[in-house]
Amino acid sequence: MAETPMVARHIPDRLEGRGARLVKSWETLLIAVALAIFLVNSFASPYFLDPWNLSDATFNFTEKAMIAFAMALVIISGEIDLSVASIIALTSTVMGYAVQLGFDTPALVLVGLAAGLLCGAFNGLLVTGLGLPSIVVTIGTMSLFRGLSFVILGDQAFTGYPASFSWFGQGYVWWVFSFEFCLFLALAVVYGVVLHKTNFGRAVYAIGNNQTAALFSGVRVGRVKFVLFLLTGLMAAIASICLTARLGSTRPSIALGWELEVVTMVVLGGVSILGGSGTIPGVVLAALIMGMVTFGFGLLNVPGIVMSIFIGLLLISVIALPILYRRLRGSH
Amino acid sequence: MKRLLKNREMLLVVAVIALVALIALRFPPFVTPGNLANVYNDTSILIILALGQMAVILTRCIDLSMAANLALSGMVAAMLNAAMPGLPIPLIILVAMALGAVLGSINGLLVWKLDIPPIVVTLGTLTIYRGLIFLLSGGAWINAHQMSNAFKALPRTTLLGFPLLSWLSLVIIALMLVVMRRTPLGRAFFAVGGNPHAAVYTGIDVGRTRFFAYCLSGTLAGLSGYLWVSRYAVAYVDIAAGFELDIIAACVIGGVSIAGGIGSVGGAVLGALFLGVIKNALPVVNISPFAQMAISGMVIIIAVAVNARAEKRKGRVILRKAEAAHG
Amino acid sequence: MPGRAEGGGSPAIEHETQPVDRDLLQDTITSRMKPAIALEGISKSFPGVRALAEVSLALYPGSVTALVGENGAGKSTLVKILTGIYQPDEGTIRVDGVETHFPTANSAAKAGVTAIHQETVLFDELSVAENIFLGHAPRTGLGLIDWKKMNAKARALLARVGADLDPAIRLRDLGIANKHLVAIARALSIDARVVIMDEPTAALSHKEIHELYELVDRLKADGKAILFISHKFDEILRIADRYTVFRDGRMVGEGLISETTQDDLVRLMVGRDVGQVFPKQDVAIGEPVLTVSGYRHPTEFEDIHFELRRGEILGFYGLVGAGRSEFMQSLIGITKPSAGAIRLDGEIKVIRSPAEAIEAGIVYVPEERGRQGAIIGLPIFQNVTLPSLSRTSRSGFLRLAEEFALAREYTARLDLRAASLDQDVGTLSGGNQQKVVIAKWLATRPKVIILDEPTKGIDIGSKAAVHAFMSELAASGLSVIMVSSEIPEIMGMADRVIVMREGRIAGRFERADLTAEKLVRAAAGIEEAA
Repeated sequence: MAETPMVARHIPDRLEGRGARLVKSWETLLIAVALAIFLVNSFASPYFLDPWNLSDATFNFTEKAMIAFAMALVIISGEIDLSVASIIALTSTVMGYAVQLGFDTPALVLVGLAAGLLCGAFNGLLVTGLGLPSIVVTIGTMSLFRGLSFVILGDQAFTGYPASFSWFGQGYVWWVFSFEFCLFLALAVVYGVVLHKTNFGRAVYAIGNNQTAALFSGVRVGRVKFVLFLLTGLMAAIASICLTARLGSTRPSIALGWELEVVTMVVLGGVSILGGSGTIPGVVLAALIMGMVTFGFGLLNVPGIVMSIFIGLLLISVIALPILYRRLRGSH
Repeated sequence: MKRLLKNREMLLVVAVIALVALIALRFPPFVTPGNLANVYNDTSILIILALGQMAVILTRCIDLSMAANLALSGMVAAMLNAAMPGLPIPLIILVAMALGAVLGSINGLLVWKLDIPPIVVTLGTLTIYRGLIFLLSGGAWINAHQMSNAFKALPRTTLLGFPLLSWLSLVIIALMLVVMRRTPLGRAFFAVGGNPHAAVYTGIDVGRTRFFAYCLSGTLAGLSGYLWVSRYAVAYVDIAAGFELDIIAACVIGGVSIAGGIGSVGGAVLGALFLGVIKNALPVVNISPFAQMAISGMVIIIAVAVNARAEKRKGRVILRKAEAAHG
Repeated sequence: MPGRAEGGGSPAIEHETQPVDRDLLQDTITSRMKPAIALEGISKSFPGVRALAEVSLALYPGSVTALVGENGAGKSTLVKILTGIYQPDEGTIRVDGVETHFPTANSAAKAGVTAIHQETVLFDELSVAENIFLGHAPRTGLGLIDWKKMNAKARALLARVGADLDPAIRLRDLGIANKHLVAIARALSIDARVVIMDEPTAALSHKEIHELYELVDRLKADGKAILFISHKFDEILRIADRYTVFRDGRMVGEGLISETTQDDLVRLMVGRDVGQVFPKQDVAIGEPVLTVSGYRHPTEFEDIHFELRRGEILGFYGLVGAGRSEFMQSLIGITKPSAGAIRLDGEIKVIRSPAEAIEAGIVYVPEERGRQGAIIGLPIFQNVTLPSLSRTSRSGFLRLAEEFALAREYTARLDLRAASLDQDVGTLSGGNQQKVVIAKWLATRPKVIILDEPTKGIDIGSKAAVHAFMSELAASGLSVIMVSSEIPEIMGMADRVIVMREGRIAGRFERADLTAEKLVRAAAGIEEAA
């Protein structure tokens, strides 16, 4: 932290080259972890390296990862959206209702996206319009959105989705590459570009590091945050389309507890829960890691709930370890 | 301070009474003393939990792991009872509370010593504590027939016409009133949440105060664990799943500010009662019980919006005549 | 160290160069009195800054010591060390001659040291009585807080400071002056032997100030040792017995008030003659650029009207809390005025947000650098380009080469010292952070730049750079509004000065007939002695 030596007049743009920065980054650590898990898994189970098994395994993270991209932006901006899983439930229910009314696949998709956007707009209005803390607002809408789904469905389920609709959750674009996996990759690129290469992304970082100074610097803070909540709503709707198409049915308990997994994925990806820093490549790697761990545990017949202990420990330790490390190093 | 807090609580009292009156219009038997006592009894556990959560939220933290803590402590209490039916019940309650306190102190230590954001800590421990129940029980249920009669009977035992569960929650309310109003620790909760910077100047250790808040919420969750398991006579991995949101909702409705420093025992109790009345009233007024979740959600949002309006900071008053006008 | 060699004629400065004199002074004046608390050789450093360097200070019972120094001279660091918030890197603290440590705020309070802080560090949501007694509330036999007793004791303390307040009401319902009195009552509630008053009169009215003086006299009579920090020289000369002057984290002089003058104190504090340092250029003042008329706000300011011309530096002077920053922030659309209009280059403009202000060509460099100015966590170049992204980007996509070019140009103009433009702005010293913030605003190519306390809390070297640059800006045809609470800065830099008091304009002065006394009188609301 000591002030750097005086270098008058001639200040270089960067001190370290691209390579040096890359080596020290959180993403590099994630790559190492991902490789290690990959190796362990391939030794632990002979079924792991089969392309079709791997392809199947992608389904357990793609939908969550799509939401995680938008969630990463929201968290970098210093807010949070805990209602995403409930938006999935509500949009899925709305689509199920539309099926009963005889809507065809394109109309279903439009209805789903519109429902997600509306949910996001509702969150966004409460947070930016009324200035309420996003954590409480989205705990409220988490209850409200899923509650509406319960009101509509009770203990029933919607089924009977058209066959063409199921392609979003079960279709393959080419060989072992599912539609969902390709969509995941495409969205990763889109979000990476938006966050890292545009003025909008820069505004997100500025708001997350210092909202007041960003406002004073002419960033339209309210507008940016509103768009971010719209985006999480939209991503939850896209995930909902994929999930509903994959399952072929809607129950109000669909995607229960996903908000925690999505937040864990984002934080594991190196996004600071306090806002201000994080990258999309980090989130992509975190998604791959969580997917492989789930898959590996599945192959070893470890129950899902034990898996959740692991995720919980992972969440706390990825934050605690760097702090402990810094403290130990600082004391010497 | 008193005056305004009183106002806030009066508003809640009016809201609860109005709600009860509305229900009485559709279904008069709801307001018989016996039924109201039942509603209170049914809300007792939520009240105890909301009081613990309030202490944590006052210090600008949050405890999402309370329901998981409850389930784990409850499971341990049930397993102890099933394994050693002769163990005195008070001892089992003590064990549940102690375990709850330990689980809470883990949250507190992570927040205090490592400065990890409370929401991350308790999100993590929520999943860990739930997972531990599975590891401990192997996913099996502890059913009524595995529990001793004494274990199940305690909350139901009536004293002066009311179940012990109700009495217990009243005792906790009384204790919390004393702690929050009359002890330095209670006042430190308010100070730390109201102005952490200034708290340091008055010699209050912010991190340690938060740690004690988590210990308190953990202990109350542990106690609630025994109460829940014995009252419903069953223990399994998913009991009280999602209940953490009801607890936070009770606090938010009760006027506890999520930004810390503002809240009261009376508010948290009334917030819990408001939810309890809704939950108990829905079936009798012929609204699908499935609507409960949506209604709680709506109530949380309205409550937080109303509170935010009341808390809105007025800007600095510089003009002298304006200051005079503001009193 | 600029100025150390100068002013050798001043008797006070000789104390610095001839420590023998200091001993002599102490021998003659306080030989019979032992200090209640004494700091010896105290040093304290923060990343990038040495806040205090081998500072010594002794406070005597029944005596008021004035601590004088510019912002950033190390006064508040010293207060924090005295009250146990910071621990010194070196040096000793002696209480009644016994070496002591203050590891916590509590330990300092137990030793009888209490402080009334600059910004009232109190609790809005707690009652007045509790604000006074938090941490040492009276208890009942059971160890519980005794509210009845607390309220009664609070009432007595409030009466002592002349505040007629109900101890049970919430602090947030009080005005700023009453909050201050509560803070003073809190200091009295601790049976303190050492009372530190950090700019206690900054927010008080004329009448309240006189009540405070009486209180200080009473405390003195009670035998308390008082450290009085103030920027108002008339006040210091009125109530202090002794003085100590800090500059750049060092003690540069001390002595008896009766043996010094205001000029000596100013010279010690600034370390140079005022006229020399300010590189104000003579600029031909042009046509009006910004005209503000009838600006008002329900609670913060009213009747603000003035004209700002091309090439002009317009100073806004006033006490802390006079409404200057609030008015400036409403000019750029942070808060909405209830009435008023502005014309820019003769055209009426409506500005509803900082984004619109930037577009129109009005920029505001805020006072609170850390909170409103620099975005700590982002690198220097991203800080500089943030308000100018529309220019460096193409259809919404960032162009890093253009960003670096812009950042390079403006950081070089401000003579920024940094290792690289990719460095987190938080790793820079206060002065260099301020340069980044100013560079950020200049890069938008404004017509009007508002600088709010542009040199608050930065070192002398950076100050000079900022002043020189401000002068250049005006010379290049920009119009500058400079909000400042430092009289030398206002007198050294401004072409014209507007003084604000309690949200209104309390005086207008041309450079030619500017005196420090006139400014102080207008700001404090003291009538001209007729």
